[in-house]
Amino acid sequence: MSFQRIKERAQTEWSEFAGAGRRRVLIGAATCGRAAGALEVMEEFRHQLEEHSLTGEIEIKEIGCNGLCYAEPLVEITSANGERVLYHSVKPKMVAKLVESHLRDGEPVRRRALAVMEGDTLPGVPRFKELPMIAGQVRVVMRNCGVIDPTDINHYIARGGYSGLSRALEMDPEQVIDEIKSSGLRGRGGAGFPTGRKWAFARQSPGDQKYVICNADEGDPGAFMDRSVLEGDPHAVLEGLMISGYAIGAQTGYVYIRAEYPLANERLSIALAQMKEHGLLGSNILGRGFDFEILIKKGAGAFVCGEETALIASIEGKRGMPRSRPPFPAVSGLFGKPTNINNVETLASVSAIMEKGADWFSQYGTENSPGTKTFALAGKIERTGLIEVPMGIPLRAIIEDIGGGVGEGKTFKAVQTGGPSGGCMPASLLDTPVDYEHLAEAGSIMGSGGMVVMDEESCMVDVSRYFLSFTENESCGKCTPCRMGTQHLLNILTDICEGRGRLDDIERLRKISKAVADGSLCGLGHTAPNPVLTTIEYFESEYLAHIKDHACPAGVCRNLTEFTILADTCTGCTACGLACPVDAISGTKKEPHVIDQTICIHCGACRTACKFGSVLVGPRPREGQLVGG
Amino acid sequence: MTTAEATSELGAVLSRYDGVRSDLIPILQDVQDELGYLPEEAVATIAEHLNLSKNDVFGVATFFTQFRFNAPGEHCIKVCQGTACHVRGSGLIVDELSRKLGVAPGQTTADRKFSLERVACYGSCALAPVVIIDDKVHGRMDMKKTEKLIEETA
Repeated sequence: MSFQRIKERAQTEWSEFAGAGRRRVLIGAATCGRAAGALEVMEEFRHQLEEHSLTGEIEIKEIGCNGLCYAEPLVEITSANGERVLYHSVKPKMVAKLVESHLRDGEPVRRRALAVMEGDTLPGVPRFKELPMIAGQVRVVMRNCGVIDPTDINHYIARGGYSGLSRALEMDPEQVIDEIKSSGLRGRGGAGFPTGRKWAFARQSPGDQKYVICNADEGDPGAFMDRSVLEGDPHAVLEGLMISGYAIGAQTGYVYIRAEYPLANERLSIALAQMKEHGLLGSNILGRGFDFEILIKKGAGAFVCGEETALIASIEGKRGMPRSRPPFPAVSGLFGKPTNINNVETLASVSAIMEKGADWFSQYGTENSPGTKTFALAGKIERTGLIEVPMGIPLRAIIEDIGGGVGEGKTFKAVQTGGPSGGCMPASLLDTPVDYEHLAEAGSIMGSGGMVVMDEESCMVDVSRYFLSFTENESCGKCTPCRMGTQHLLNILTDICEGRGRLDDIERLRKISKAVADGSLCGLGHTAPNPVLTTIEYFESEYLAHIKDHACPAGVCRNLTEFTILADTCTGCTACGLACPVDAISGTKKEPHVIDQTICIHCGACRTACKFGSVLVGPRPREGQLVGG
Repeated sequence: MTTAEATSELGAVLSRYDGVRSDLIPILQDVQDELGYLPEEAVATIAEHLNLSKNDVFGVATFFTQFRFNAPGEHCIKVCQGTACHVRGSGLIVDELSRKLGVAPGQTTADRKFSLERVACYGSCALAPVVIIDDKVHGRMDMKKTEKLIEETA
């Protein structure tokens, strides 16, 4: 079937789905939505529609995540007049009201409405595009996330999907590579190597058999961009993978995906089956003589497999350990053949670039970092979720305007970018433009796009120790500086957190960090010291407080912290007592409460629970030291 | 599962693969899906099927965190230790569960009811901290909510 014909059929189906006059319920049911209870909400919608004899008339569909994870579960309801309203934090017990008021009577429920997607405005409810979290965003990679049914290839095609592939197949592979080169796209896995140049190397390598691999081994803790895109719009990635295969001359593509992402795995399998049905996989694709197949390989849990040569070893059935380069995978990769590896987000950008052109893509972003970048906003920030912004926007715009800041009464301390390979940036660097070069200058990296925000209740020494415990655990052990160095760094950081720090520890941390970075083969070792070095550079006073004063200013390091309740402001609301896991807090209702220090495990649950700021953090008196002395 | 059943499950998995080395990890994953873990005898059979040494297979299996070598408990509790979960207090949840259940992460309770595990990141950071019980992800957790969930599961 010609692509034109495929597209016409898809458009018919899409207009039936999205057209006016059809009442429907769309539920954001990606992993994040499900964790917030989306499936229970969906079940209740089914039940309520049945109760109101509306089952046959109203369609319920699962969609991907639109990025507003903080407001999940999210439900979009379209009434008969085409008015579309997005509801937030929907609980099963609210469903009856939504069904009766909005679906049956055509009256949107304003109280729970987050935004108007389409139709007349509702008093006090903003339009979706005007939401503070959405207004600064440009969506290329996430163009379909939360918009289409990810299990329906026709939705993707109707919205421009596979047009890029169709166009690429009319061009010479070299022309495709030139188009990607001129878009300026750089690898979104973190390192930022120009994608077009990478493809050209693999194209030029001689060989009858070549491979392309989609790296979906999103191992950075705190990052979930790839998961969300694969769950919400798998075809955008698969189309990009096919285009890369055509460009370099490969007939086989692999998607290497984490086993921890079962839903993304499922969506990929469905997508592949539909591609076959539509003649978009197999031999002579779209009648243009291009043969291509895609295989899914599930990772088995090893952070280091995000590194190209380790990933390849793992597909070959070996321990996922990196090897020295050259030869680069473009020359000798999977099974010794020329291989090109791109990240999920890179490939989702490729399909958009081939559809809309290099110039369209490079109108966004900066000269050296064109296009957009997705970020996973998490931690101590009001609006957690997934965002996509033009490269080069200031960090402040992301944290404050889009993310809404750390919340009332809290103080921003740092944002951690780039996961375990990245660094912690303090408030003084919030005006840094977000692109590859500027983040590297600040000692961090772009990385895959995790951004974890921290406030005054986050201890930077603890954060540094956290990342080192991660990299120490994930170091494959091949290079001694990485294997032993991360262990030593972790031991020193643990000592500092537990009150055994020495003044020369900071210098030792710096020295060992340099050895680890210089003496390791792969990116894991090169970058593992970044969290240590940036926290020392920007938050040295916290290290000194731990070492000299035996105090954890944030109240996180348990050995150094004592919590007390300030009787003057305690209202006796009992919230702290209820939150305490060891029943260390006593007191009568409406009377000041007291913490029994002999039972207290210093977990800080009482501080989190207290709404009046009455739980104070102080240094724990050391043995032999008199209280107050 | 009896030994005979396990052997036949294992045979069924192996029959789906040609016996090339690149099948090793998918085979280990399938066998663990069927049996819940990788018993030593299964590793020996897999090694034979792929014409590898037992050492080779153990070398690969122990490299990756997904693989278990002991039978898991009836319910598996995983506490996410990703960055966002960490700064939102998942360390306390693990410590507290560990104390309540009387087992360290990676172990199974004596009554074989619960296994407690730490996982690196489940990618649900926006709803941190998350706890995964038998593959269902629960977001915005704290110690009390986790305890309640476990009581409901037991």
